[in-house]
Amino acid sequence: MHLALVGTPNSGKTALFNALTGSRQKVANYPGVTVERKEGSFVTPHGRQVSLVDLPGTYSLRGRSPDEEITRDIVLGRTRGESLPDLVLCVADSTNLRLTIRLLLELKKTGRPIALVLNMFDIATRRGVTVDVYRLSEALGVPVVTSIAVRKGGTADLLRLTDQILSRARPASGENLWHPPTVPELRATQREADRIIAATVSLPARPDTWTARIDAVVLHPIGGLAILLLILFVMFQAVFAWTQPLMELLSSAFEGIGQLVHDTLPAGLLQSFLQNGVISGVGTVVVFLPQIIIVFLFILLLEDFGYMARAAFLMDRIMGGAGLHGRAFIPLLSSFACAIPGIMATRVIDNRRDRLTTILIAPLMTCSARIPVYTLIISAFIPETEVWGWINLRGLVMFGLYAAGIASALGLSFLVKFFMWRDYLPAPFMLELPDYKTPRVRSIAIGIFNRAKMFLKRAGTTIFAMMVLIWFLASFPQPPVGAQDAAINYSLAAIIGKAIAPLLAPLGFNWQIAVALIPGMAAREVAVAALGTVYAIEGGKEAAEQIGQVLATKWSLATALSLLVWYIFAPQCASTLAVIRRETGSWKWMALTFVYMLVLAYAASLATYNIAVASGAG
Amino acid sequence: MDEHRNQRRHIRLGRARRGYIGVIQGLVTKGAGSALPDAELESRLIELGFVEGARVEILHEGIVGRDPIAVRVDNITIAVRRREAMAIVVA
Repeated sequence: MHLALVGTPNSGKTALFNALTGSRQKVANYPGVTVERKEGSFVTPHGRQVSLVDLPGTYSLRGRSPDEEITRDIVLGRTRGESLPDLVLCVADSTNLRLTIRLLLELKKTGRPIALVLNMFDIATRRGVTVDVYRLSEALGVPVVTSIAVRKGGTADLLRLTDQILSRARPASGENLWHPPTVPELRATQREADRIIAATVSLPARPDTWTARIDAVVLHPIGGLAILLLILFVMFQAVFAWTQPLMELLSSAFEGIGQLVHDTLPAGLLQSFLQNGVISGVGTVVVFLPQIIIVFLFILLLEDFGYMARAAFLMDRIMGGAGLHGRAFIPLLSSFACAIPGIMATRVIDNRRDRLTTILIAPLMTCSARIPVYTLIISAFIPETEVWGWINLRGLVMFGLYAAGIASALGLSFLVKFFMWRDYLPAPFMLELPDYKTPRVRSIAIGIFNRAKMFLKRAGTTIFAMMVLIWFLASFPQPPVGAQDAAINYSLAAIIGKAIAPLLAPLGFNWQIAVALIPGMAAREVAVAALGTVYAIEGGKEAAEQIGQVLATKWSLATALSLLVWYIFAPQCASTLAVIRRETGSWKWMALTFVYMLVLAYAASLATYNIAVASGAG
Repeated sequence: MDEHRNQRRHIRLGRARRGYIGVIQGLVTKGAGSALPDAELESRLIELGFVEGARVEILHEGIVGRDPIAVRVDNITIAVRRREAMAIVVA
């Protein structure tokens, strides 16, 4: 049996999906807003196995954006390889039925069996909304059930209803009479919806006083922006400072395992492979899991709380000045975690040109994969001091790197708007500002768990493969017997690194950096592990203890700063490029992204290095 | 009460200031200045609940040019740019 969840944005659809399926989800890889297909399964009280898809939120079936088209096509059975849902669950925020009832009337035309789920029923009751469920069901001609997705047992009625409907041979499905509604039809449906609501729902609906109070502060033209900046600032301080103890713990654990292998196995290729290739390679990446969790914790909390839409409201005109849509805020904020979900999330922007601009600049947002590189270099070169007594200097540099990414993204977007699309009128910004809700631990936990799993999977596959490759490149061919220099100086890695080193020399990069940048194309964080491998193998076991300490002795401050700046801009991520190719459907956009980022990176690093050397940091 | 309301001057919601309370009289998308085609703009406004008879109140204004605006439409809050709100006639 296949069920599909359909509903307007903010109807609590995803919370309901989480409540029903729990951990039995086939994870969409992409966080933030519901953009990609999410499937899960659950068992009804009568033991029926049911699969459930969570479809992107929409106000109508007209399909005005790619994700709304997905919803329409699945409901209409137009998607190849997707089963037509046996039952469509239309999810409504019980405090706000108007838009959903209209959507439901439209859904009825598709002929699919439908049930209406009055979600967040507890909040509606608290606000004095009473619904005559029986009469509503009669008026709509579909079963209606109440639910409280966030409470234990809050979906019991829904489960019972599912059993009831599914126990009939097959839910009867009618003929599909749906066609895109015209304006008069829309208006007529809305009137019909309002008439049904007037007859079955009593609305003393006091507006949510908490939402009004919070909004008075949070949407204040000046105060609101200050709060937004403060939230971002706290987020970066948290990512940098709070995660330290855990990261040190992980780091020493992997070191311990490596040492154990070193002590148990005889010296030789296998020992070197396991310790320097496998364990230190994967270890250097896994260490950054705490930071990734903190980033997603903030994003998910803000999303669940209802703040994201406010942030878009505050940023709309400011981003509009740079040629961006207010809705681009969410994809761009997600890009701070990873550009891949961010680029996928641009599907919420329905205007093609707005969407392409956002995709183009999304990789400039500081993604979590840059954090390992930034952290490594900052902790090696920037002293642990306090500025003005309370701001951590390292945190401040980190903030500066983020700010540089944002500033360059806005600047670039402005240029794109000015030069490529001069004849262009901005697409409308229309967004519901949902009532604030207490974020639920469970749904945040599921979200973080899914993302952490994704990251580890990447660390365990792509990055692991790259680490083995770099170990191979750095170990073969082996040095001739009686060689005086370090072993890596005879390896393939050195040959490649030295070949491209002259190109990178003006940026202050030595050949070791050049070597690390090559596998760093697979994923930015690989460069850290690669540097570790290159230097560890070069200096023997002792040097592997602390990559940072080694770098501090081998690089000048100017080189370190230049590499930091390189990482703000450089297109060092093959997966991002692949996603751009997929989302834009063209190689042109992918190539354009690659070239502009490379040019920016080279120019900015060149400038940084020369300014740093000139001011005595060479 | 109704008589009084009928006498109120019709204005465009896009011109109203923070604190304005009124009732939607109609949608006139022609010449609103939106990037959307007229029918599409009208459809979207209806889908967000901007229909004749709905009570609207401007709750918040953005910092740049008092734009966008957060509008209470019956019992939900919608953020919309003034350019699009020009299509909404209120009184």
